[in-house]
Amino acid sequence: MLTKRIIACLDVDDGRVVKGVQFLNLRDAGDPAECAAAHARDGADEIVLLDITATSNKRQTMLGVVSRTARGLFIPFTVGGGIRELSDAEAVFDAGADKIAINSAAVKDSRLIGKIAARFGSQAVVVSIDARRVNGGFEVFVAGGRIPTGRDALQWAREAAACGAGEIMLTSMDRDGTKSGFDCELVQMVADAVSIPVIASGGAGSARDFIEVFQSGRADAALAASIFHFGIENIAQLKRELHAAHVPVRWPC
Amino acid sequence: MIAIVDYGAGNLNSVKNAFDYLGAEVVVTAQPEQVATADKIVLPGVGHFSAMGGLDNTGLRDVVLQGARAGKPFLGICLGMQWLFEGSDEAPELAGAGIFAGRCRPFPSSVKSPHVGWNSLAVREGSRLLRNVASESFVYYTHSFQAPVVAATTAASEYGTQFSAAVEQDNIFGVQFHPEKSWTVGLLILKNFCEVH
Repeated sequence: MLTKRIIACLDVDDGRVVKGVQFLNLRDAGDPAECAAAHARDGADEIVLLDITATSNKRQTMLGVVSRTARGLFIPFTVGGGIRELSDAEAVFDAGADKIAINSAAVKDSRLIGKIAARFGSQAVVVSIDARRVNGGFEVFVAGGRIPTGRDALQWAREAAACGAGEIMLTSMDRDGTKSGFDCELVQMVADAVSIPVIASGGAGSARDFIEVFQSGRADAALAASIFHFGIENIAQLKRELHAAHVPVRWPC
Repeated sequence: MIAIVDYGAGNLNSVKNAFDYLGAEVVVTAQPEQVATADKIVLPGVGHFSAMGGLDNTGLRDVVLQGARAGKPFLGICLGMQWLFEGSDEAPELAGAGIFAGRCRPFPSSVKSPHVGWNSLAVREGSRLLRNVASESFVYYTHSFQAPVVAATTAASEYGTQFSAAVEQDNIFGVQFHPEKSWTVGLLILKNFCEVH
């Protein structure tokens, strides 16, 4: 049976993990490669590494991090942040990523999705959508959630899928960081509208939130950045709880 | 030496990386001569079946088939496994190797496509490639078309329909999932391939 995926997201700034690691019992808590390996051992189904480095002149640092992380990671590995054109994606794939996540650049020019998909396959292209509730709908924001686009999240998800995206990573900006649960209404709406998998993101606070987003939100996967911040000891514990609630998960791994 | 055949489709780093980790001698190559002299052949592939046309255009198809027919251990991964069948509805104009009967078809409309994520294996006894792999082990998939269950099927998975997760006939092996991304189960399978003679 196809299982629901638990994805651990590492936010990386200038080569260091900047959140979601305080509770990891690691020698070097801020090293992305070590964090990714620890999450994999704990039962993470996938790792997303998000480059939140503000300055573009540090891209080289990121490629080194991707390469070191990929070397010892035998689960799917997605890299996002700062990918503006095909050549950026190529560099990240060359460094060892299995998939790339694109956001602002895809909104600016949706042809980028098809360009990367044509070269590396749709399965390697994740379109990341940041959405916020505005006037009864969901509006797409870009540039790390700073700039409203006036576009409807549902329509954009459909368009991204039609352009060749392999998955949608859907972040609720309203819920992000609140630990008040995923926005199941948003997730369900998009999951029902596209045939490609939808990764729910933003708001994870408890195992119950994951159960809800899989059962009522119909998410195919759920992502958390600060997954250790909400009283669940680790991913293994989360998976035990999901398993007990009859959510199909890869457990034991 | 294991040759990972590079016919211009996608990203082969992960496959090489996993073999490196296992300490195997491995080379990623687009050179027919290098494939011809390798002891074992790995044919990876992701994306659209039309990418397999890269084999025909580069002169690699013949050398890969000759190696397989000569009894060299051969492992097709994802599209590389689908290629072992007669063809795929995804690119009907392209001929597969035809080693296994049947064509690859889309998933039924009752399920989302592509099939992405970790699914369990129903393992049939006696496979060399899947030695010590327990039934119900999880492996990682990402694909839109699926190969039918045939006599050579050594493991099946279920997603809207039963399909071939792994096939095996003498020296010819194929897996629809990505062993290089299937954690310890996948590494065990690649290790088994390294040990096949």
